[in-house]
Amino acid sequence: MTHPLKSHYDVIVIGAGPGGLAAAIEAKKHGADDVLMIDRDLELGGILLQCIHNGFGVETFKEDLPGPSYAQRFINEAQTVGIDYLLDTIVLDVTPERKVYTTGMRTGFKELSAKSIVLSMGCRERTRAQIRIPGPRPSGVFTAGTAQRWVNVEGYMPGSRFVILGSGDIGMIMARRLTFEGAKVERVLEVMPYLSGLSRNYVQCLLDFDITLQLQHTVKRIIGKDRVEAIEAVAVDDKWQFIPGTEEIIPCDTLLLSVGLIPENELSQKAGVALDPVTAGPYVDDGFATNIPGIFAAGNVVHVYDLVDWVTSAGRTAGKRAALFAQGCCNLEPVYVPTRAGENVRYVVPHQIDPETLTQDSIMLQMRVTKPLEQPVTVQVTDGDTLIVKKSERYARPGEMVSITLKAKEYDAVRKAKELKVSVVPK
Amino acid sequence: MEDFMHEPYDIIIIGAGIVGAMTARTLARYDLRILWIEKESDICTGATAANSALVHAGHDAIPGSLKAEMNVKANPMWDRLSEELQFAFGRTGAYVVAIGAEECAKLEQLRDRAQANGVPAEIISGEEMRQREPQINPDVSGALHIPTGAICDPWGATIAAAENAVMNGVELRLNTEFLDFIWEGESANQRVSEKVSEREDESKIQNLKSKIVGIHTTAGDFHARWVVNAAGLFADQVMHKAGVRPEFKITPRRGEYFVMDRNQVEINTVLFPVPTEISKGILVTTTLHGNTLVGPNAENIEDKTDVDVTPAGMAEIWAGALKLVPNLKQRDVIAVFAGLRPGGNAPCVNPEINYNHDFIIEIPAEVDGFVNLGGMESPALTAAPAIAERVVELLHGAGETLREKADWNPIRPVRPVFRHLTKDEQAALVAQDPRYGRIICRCEYVTEGEIVAEIHAPIPATTYDAIKRRTWLGTGRCLGGFDMPRVVEILARELGQAVLEISKKGGGSEFLYRKTKEVA
Repeated sequence: MTHPLKSHYDVIVIGAGPGGLAAAIEAKKHGADDVLMIDRDLELGGILLQCIHNGFGVETFKEDLPGPSYAQRFINEAQTVGIDYLLDTIVLDVTPERKVYTTGMRTGFKELSAKSIVLSMGCRERTRAQIRIPGPRPSGVFTAGTAQRWVNVEGYMPGSRFVILGSGDIGMIMARRLTFEGAKVERVLEVMPYLSGLSRNYVQCLLDFDITLQLQHTVKRIIGKDRVEAIEAVAVDDKWQFIPGTEEIIPCDTLLLSVGLIPENELSQKAGVALDPVTAGPYVDDGFATNIPGIFAAGNVVHVYDLVDWVTSAGRTAGKRAALFAQGCCNLEPVYVPTRAGENVRYVVPHQIDPETLTQDSIMLQMRVTKPLEQPVTVQVTDGDTLIVKKSERYARPGEMVSITLKAKEYDAVRKAKELKVSVVPK
Repeated sequence: MEDFMHEPYDIIIIGAGIVGAMTARTLARYDLRILWIEKESDICTGATAANSALVHAGHDAIPGSLKAEMNVKANPMWDRLSEELQFAFGRTGAYVVAIGAEECAKLEQLRDRAQANGVPAEIISGEEMRQREPQINPDVSGALHIPTGAICDPWGATIAAAENAVMNGVELRLNTEFLDFIWEGESANQRVSEKVSEREDESKIQNLKSKIVGIHTTAGDFHARWVVNAAGLFADQVMHKAGVRPEFKITPRRGEYFVMDRNQVEINTVLFPVPTEISKGILVTTTLHGNTLVGPNAENIEDKTDVDVTPAGMAEIWAGALKLVPNLKQRDVIAVFAGLRPGGNAPCVNPEINYNHDFIIEIPAEVDGFVNLGGMESPALTAAPAIAERVVELLHGAGETLREKADWNPIRPVRPVFRHLTKDEQAALVAQDPRYGRIICRCEYVTEGEIVAEIHAPIPATTYDAIKRRTWLGTGRCLGGFDMPRVVEILARELGQAVLEISKKGGGSEFLYRKTKEVA
């Protein structure tokens, strides 16, 4: 906490990970005098603090940084521009009137209010229950992120012989990390016929360390009553049904799960923020405004990103708009044009855009594809038969976010559009 | 050697599930020296740990059975119990829901059985049911409303009763497993195994009228005038060692469950399907922290420790749940678990009734010093307080003079539960003890203050799961992913143990293997 705590702020940012840090800094830069960040952890930086591997900042800084270094640049800037923060403090409740209730061992119970709020709580990991792995419930079944915290922050090894279920990025990165620490990673199993994380992580974390990835395989059963003793792996068909006769018992003491992330929106719901069932994040416009006036959302709380750089970029946009809202200078009656997921697109963020934004800024439409296309593809935005903008990519994979940017020159077309349908199709 | 180390107790209770806990708590009222043993590292780990969390009205028990009698007697006891012991309990009412005309015809039969048991029940229309529970299957054709049906927190109830027992002088020993009985006249150097083989011979049992004077356990020998068998899933093994009911067998009947995210699914009551010959069926019920629970199936198995969830079981409970509430979504499942019911095969106390799964609550004629409880499957959770009263009656009938203790206190003082407080109360609590300001489990809002209080409670919580059962920490959407490293740290600090020693549920279930940078 840099200054004595006030009870009213221009902008309160909930969560001080990459999205929250970027939002707070940008809000301050755009004229919000009093900006407060609140984080439940003991330090600023969010999940980046346990991501000690590299790969952060290639877009933002044109440098390849470890997570804590990337975070530190923003932490330094936040301190330089004079942003207040509460650490070891959790937000209990947010109201649509933008009251914020917090509690912390050192900070006590507080009631605060803000002219605008940025929700940047990030995401949580899917658990064993959500994928319904059969078997008993011994010790030794952990999400990859929990294991990562233990190894990288607390300095403890949660096992010695691992099987990793899911080819998410955290799982692959942990496979390498655990190998560095002298553990044996027996296998990475992925139920889908393709990788769910970034290809570069497959190469750098699995291939380079001779760790076997088995696609279309899953855990049929956990074995072990007190501690995991083994898992039974099995091949699955295209409908995820076990293929009899392919079972294999793999002895191990730990099963790590890297089976997806879910935006963390329990607080958003308390504030009345409407959620998209596909992304599990808020419906947002191009400034990351939610349906509740003055409440914005940025980063993994909106949808799960693959690169931190895009989280930073979203945080900046949300922070700027939150500052403008706090100062009463934003377009209060936008005539929105909705976006829509077209062919081979699972969802598009933002859900609607204000064409007037294009007179000042470009707008990045972000999406995930439904199925992989291992060939050159066209990413296109259309309105009925009208093509508004398109671009080419070498391939499209569900594990990697796809984006296309609308610029000032598209203003007229967007303004006249009924909807912006986004598709990713073979070229 | 252990024989001489302990003064004899008046009573030893074997097993710390709900039946053991209610029995211990009820007997603690009297001027008795009581030892209570449990083989696991915590209480409440067997059948009591994983079930439907219901306080049954008794509408569908077989009229005339001990189960019906105990159930109906116990149901009204829960209001006062929950007040005295300060655990969560709610009279939500229960419904047997008929889907389609054929099932509707069976409701009258069910109402008649309820009436035979003295349980109030009325048939309501499908329309009425839809109004009371809007997420119900729109094809509902009618329902039997049982207003005295209720829900409880089985962990909370067991732990609270146990704690009250301990506060009133009961001596609880965890990690202490029953091995065999000590018999009157038994010489100190007689080997346990020899006696076992001897006693398992049925012909000898017939001629034996012997007296139990204590038990051998993994923690030594303990002597007592009475031993109470409240061993739940293992009650058959205990009674066989006493030479009682050699034909009695516990068959573990596994039931699997899903817990649904309370933010996504809202059910307000207990919804049963129309039962079949073999089962009460797969129900959909609210719980005391708002999450809907669906399950269980019923599968007879051999292994008394096998709480696996299975693909077939999960598919079965999901289909059953959708029959009652069709709009449930699998993505809203936040936890999956299985529990075991200690299914018995005891004939009904009333020989005219053809029913072979009744409770056993008896002082067997062939052995002195033994109170035998068995077949404690549903509705044993509900019936536990009445069973405990019956144990008192049996002891009284056997000539025990039970004198009430002057300083007996039926009240278990409540400890603060942050999430149950108003914002003003939360602020005051945090101001008074800042540890209640630090949220450790952010799905269920469990604070460091609550965790520390449970570690230092009259029955200390020494494992992750023990803290979970007492605080509901780790039961939410993230299943403990966020809180686990912090809880391990708090346990180590408060218990004065190394982080590497902290376990999920006792020895062999430690979380961590070694420090990083150390050679594997």
